Amino acid sequence: MEWDWNFVREIMPTLIEGVKITVLATILGSALAAVVGLAIALLRRSFNRLVSRPVGFFAEFIRGTPLLVQLYFIFYILPDFGILLPPLLAGVIGLGLHYGTYTAEVYRAGIDNVPRGQWEAAKACNLDARQTWMHIILPQAIPPMIPALANYFIAMFKETPLLSAITVLELMNQAKSVANTYYRYIEPMTLVGAFFLVISLFSVVLLRWLERRFGRVES
Amino acid sequence: MIDWSGYVGLMLQGALVTIELTLMGSVLALFMAFVAGLGRLSRFFAVRALATAYIEFFRGTSIFVQLFWAYFVLPFLGIELTPLQAGVLALGLNVGAYGAEVVRGAVQSIGKEQYEACVALNLGRWQGMRHVILPQAFLLMLPTFGNNAIELLKATSIVSLISLADLTFQAQVVRAQTGNTLVPFSAILIGYFALALVISWGVRSLERRLARGIDGVRV
Repeated sequence: MEWDWNFVREIMPTLIEGVKITVLATILGSALAAVVGLAIALLRRSFNRLVSRPVGFFAEFIRGTPLLVQLYFIFYILPDFGILLPPLLAGVIGLGLHYGTYTAEVYRAGIDNVPRGQWEAAKACNLDARQTWMHIILPQAIPPMIPALANYFIAMFKETPLLSAITVLELMNQAKSVANTYYRYIEPMTLVGAFFLVISLFSVVLLRWLERRFGRVES
Repeated sequence: MIDWSGYVGLMLQGALVTIELTLMGSVLALFMAFVAGLGRLSRFFAVRALATAYIEFFRGTSIFVQLFWAYFVLPFLGIELTPLQAGVLALGLNVGAYGAEVVRGAVQSIGKEQYEACVALNLGRWQGMRHVILPQAFLLMLPTFGNNAIELLKATSIVSLISLADLTFQAQVVRAQTGNTLVPFSAILIGYFALALVISWGVRSLERRLARGIDGVRV
């Protein structure tokens, strides 16, 4: 079977449509993962065991099970309980929750890296818990962890093809439908790979820049 | 009321396929990790370039795309793979690329004095690697390898999409036959989590075993 450039030109617009959805899902998923991760990291630090233990177990459980199964769970089981989600939203929630448990570890490390003196100084200045977090701890903890967070967001980007399993029309699904229509697999599948490789390589350049810009830990 | 007894056997068969895939994929991944990881440290530019290309390619494209490529595109190039072979190949090569960076990092983190000691003892490059550097570096690699193995376990769920009858696939079958979604999907979530726990327990005990007699390593 020969590589056919005309066919490539023909299917390009369809694939571009898919890329848009893929990128959209990644961005929304990353935003959700950033928030969920912070929430999990903070709740796991809670002094109330009834909060920290279940949250910790929940995070471990999500991290130990496949994203695909979680997506099925959200998409096929929640409707039984009367929660009917559109595919893209279900996918974004799945991605966000799954990667939130990973980013939680990044937040934890970042928060642990803030020197004790900062906590003591906040106490000495009579700041309450909310003020301490908002004005002292998080502004120092977050910049050094930006590269690690970005790393996970790139990993998430590469997992978005899983959304095709719950009928989201992203890049992989578009490629599959094109391939099934014309029964040509070489071009669509290779192009999907090429798209991912190109976007990933660009992201790596961006990541290196982020590392230079934020990665330094002053000590 | 649904009679679950027949379905339990089906799910166990699926679990067996998942375990089989995980083991075979891990073996291939471990092999590739050492080949590519040490290849990146080679004296020869061609070997370094080849190893780097392999690592960047397999880390840069989604495992999902690689699997579909192996299963749908390779037949057109004259290489016919069974779903199991395609699954093991894609999983092993993908996770191996991540493992290669772990190998490289661990080998590079071994102190300069160890290399100097190898020279002082008149060990060849290979002898030094085999008897001095790798035994120490392997211990550093183990925890990350454990994480990679769990990633591989979770990634096996996507082979269900190329019609390989693993745990996730069987859950779909049970779902289609019984119309019940909650029970099979909850069951496999717990199944995957249990397998992940087994892996992390196994790696931790292996770590303790290997750490005996090597000082300066806390376990």
